[in-house]
Amino acid sequence: MTLIELQDVRRSFTIRTKAGRLRREKREVHAVDGLTFGIDAGECVGYIGPNGAGKSTTIKMLTGILVPSSGRLRVAGVDPARERARLARRIGVVFGQRTTLWWDLPLRDSYELARRIYRIPDARYRANLDRCVELLDLGGLLDTPVRQLSLGQRMRGDLAAALLHDPQVLYLDEPTIGLDVVSKARVREFLREVNTDQGTTVLLTTHDLVDIEQLCGRVMVIDHGRVVYDGSLDGLHAAGQSERTLVVDLAEAGPAIEVAGARVVRVEGPRQWLAFPAEESAAPIVAAVADRYPLVDLSVREPAIEDVIARMYAEVAIG
Amino acid sequence: MDTSVEAAADTSAQLRPERGEPGPDGRPEGAGRQDIGRQDAGRRQAGRLYLAIAQGAFRRYSTYRAATVAGAVTNTVFGFILAYTFLALWQARPGLGGYDSVQAVTYIWISQSLLVTVAVWGGGFQDEVQERFRTGDIAIDLYRPVDFQGWWLATDLGRAAFHLFARGVLPTLAGALAFSLTLPADPLVWAVFLLAVLLAVVVSFGLRFLVSLTGFWLHDSEGIRAVMLVVAMFFSGMLLPIGLFPGWLGELAHVLPWAALIQIPTDILLERRSGFAVLTGLGFQLLWAVLLLAAGRAAQLLATRKVVVQGG
Ligand SMILES: Nc1ncnc2c1ncn2[C@@H]1O[C@H](COP(=O)(O)OP(=O)(O)O)[C@@H](O)[C@H]1O
Ligand SMILES: [Mg+2]
Repeated sequence: MTLIELQDVRRSFTIRTKAGRLRREKREVHAVDGLTFGIDAGECVGYIGPNGAGKSTTIKMLTGILVPSSGRLRVAGVDPARERARLARRIGVVFGQRTTLWWDLPLRDSYELARRIYRIPDARYRANLDRCVELLDLGGLLDTPVRQLSLGQRMRGDLAAALLHDPQVLYLDEPTIGLDVVSKARVREFLREVNTDQGTTVLLTTHDLVDIEQLCGRVMVIDHGRVVYDGSLDGLHAAGQSERTLVVDLAEAGPAIEVAGARVVRVEGPRQWLAFPAEESAAPIVAAVADRYPLVDLSVREPAIEDVIARMYAEVAIG
Repeated sequence: MDTSVEAAADTSAQLRPERGEPGPDGRPEGAGRQDIGRQDAGRRQAGRLYLAIAQGAFRRYSTYRAATVAGAVTNTVFGFILAYTFLALWQARPGLGGYDSVQAVTYIWISQSLLVTVAVWGGGFQDEVQERFRTGDIAIDLYRPVDFQGWWLATDLGRAAFHLFARGVLPTLAGALAFSLTLPADPLVWAVFLLAVLLAVVVSFGLRFLVSLTGFWLHDSEGIRAVMLVVAMFFSGMLLPIGLFPGWLGELAHVLPWAALIQIPTDILLERRSGFAVLTGLGFQLLWAVLLLAAGRAAQLLATRKVVVQGG
C-alpha cells in the first residue's frame, strides 16, 4: 500500500537580490517542479541528484516544515503541513548536518526527552533503546555529553533518537556525509536492519552510491526539481552506461594489464585503474588479474552520481 | 493542545497494528474519542515533558562549574564596589529615595544576587537560540512536536533555578557577613519574594523571547540585544533604585516591564512593599508576563508561517 504520495507537487522560492543601489530584483526558483510518485510501505528508496536538485526541499515538504506551492502530498494519509505535530509522531527525520540532540548533556538525556516528547510506553522505550544501542554500538557513549562525540558517533546518536518512537517512515537527508568508513558501514548496516526487520519505510538522499547499492532496491534521480529516473540501480547504471573503477596495486610497475571485461584507463607506477560496466560484478575481473599478475592490493570505486547523471543525459540526447 | 494528537499518542500500544492503516481521513482508530480522562492524562504527560526539559537545563548549567564560580565571585566583587559607593552616596544624602543606608546596601546585594537569575543582561536560552539560527538547526526545532515557546520557557526556568542558587547564595552570604543588611525574619516574606523572582524570570523570558524571534527576520539580532541590555540595566533598577529617578522618568520606569525584574522582588524582600502593595506588585509582574508571553505567541505564529510558507 502506498504510504507516501505526491501528485504534481511544486515548490518555488522567491529570491530577492540586490541589483544596483536601490533596485531589487525578484527571481523565482522552482526548487521542486512537478513531482509525481508513490512510495509503498516497507520500501527503501534512494533519492539522489546533483546539488540544488530539490532533494532537501522534497524532504522538508514531506515532514511538513514547508508547504508545497501547489500539488497534493500525503504521508500515511496525512497532509504533512496541516498536521505537522500529528505526523511527527509517525515519522523519524535525520538531517546529516543538523542535530536534535542536547548539546551539553549526556546522550542518554536526549533519549529520555524523546521518550517524553513522543510518549513512548516504558517497555517499548527500553526495548527500542536496547536494540539501537546494540546495533549502533552506543553502549559506551550513553553517558558522554553530545558535544564530545565525533561526527560519526553523533550521527549514530541522532539515528537512534529518530527511531525510538517506532516511526512508520524514516527520512534521511545525507546521513553519511562526512562520516568515516567505519561509521558509514555501521549506519548502513543499521538502516538495512531497520528497513528489513522492522519494516520501516526509508527515504534516503545521499551523494554516495554505495549507500544506494547496499540499501535501496529503488533509486530515484531528480534534477531541476523533476524525476529523471525511477528504477533499480542496475537500470540506472545501464541507462548511463556508467563504469566502476577497479584500482589495483601490483608488486612492481609493468605494462598495462590486459583482461577481459575491463580496460585500463590510467597507470601510475605499480598502480593501475581499470574501468568496467557498473552493473557487472568485479569478482571475475579480480580473479583474472590475481591469476596472471602479482596483485598486492585492490579497491573498487563507485561512479560519482554527477557522472552517472551526466552520462544518462548524454544517452537520452543521442538515443 | 490538539486532543486528537494526545489520544493518538496514548494508544501508542496499538501503533504497530495500525501502521500504515490510518482511517479514511488519516485518523487512527479511536482518535475521535476525547474523554476527560484522556485530556487529564495528556496534560500530566505534557507537564512531565516540560519538567524534564527544565531539569535538563538545570543539569546543563550545573556542568559549567568553573564559569559558575567565576561568575559568583564577580557578582560578589561588584557587590562590594557598589555597596561602598552607595554607602558614600547615602552618607552625603541620607534617606535618598526613601531608603535608609542599610536598606540601600541590602538593595545592592539582593540585586547582584538576582542579576543573572533574571538575566537582566540577556543570555540564557537566547545564546542557544542564536546559535541554532547560525547553524540552521532552528528549522528542525519547529518540526519537533513540542511547542517552541514552551520548550524555551521550560529551559529558562531550569536555568534560573540553577542560577538562583549558584549565583545568588555567595553574594548574599558575603554581603551579610561584611555589611549590616536588613533581611526579613518572616518566612512568608521569603516565600512571596521567591514567587516574585519566578514572575521576574517569566517577564524577562518574555522580553528575551521577542528579541530572539527577530532572528527569523533579521540577519543578526546582536544589535537589538545590545540596546536591550542598556535599557534593561537602567529600567530594571539594577544601577539605581527606580525610586531615585526624577519626575517623569521615574513614572515611566515604574510602568515599564523591566521594573518587574529587579525593583519589585527587591522591594518585597526589603518589605518596602507590604500588604496590598505586595499584591499590586505581583499583579504588575503577572500582567506583563501574560502580555509578553501572548506577544511572543503571536510572533511565533508569524515566524512559523514565514518558515513553513516562505521557506525561512
Ligand atoms: N528557503 C529557501 N529559499 C530560497 N531558495 C531555496 C530555499 N531552499 C532551497 N532553495 C533553492 O531551491 C533549490 C533546491 O534546493 P535543495 O532542495 O536544498 O537542493 P538539494 O537538497 O537537492 O541540494 C536550490 O536552488 C536552492 O537554492
Ligand atoms: Mg540538500
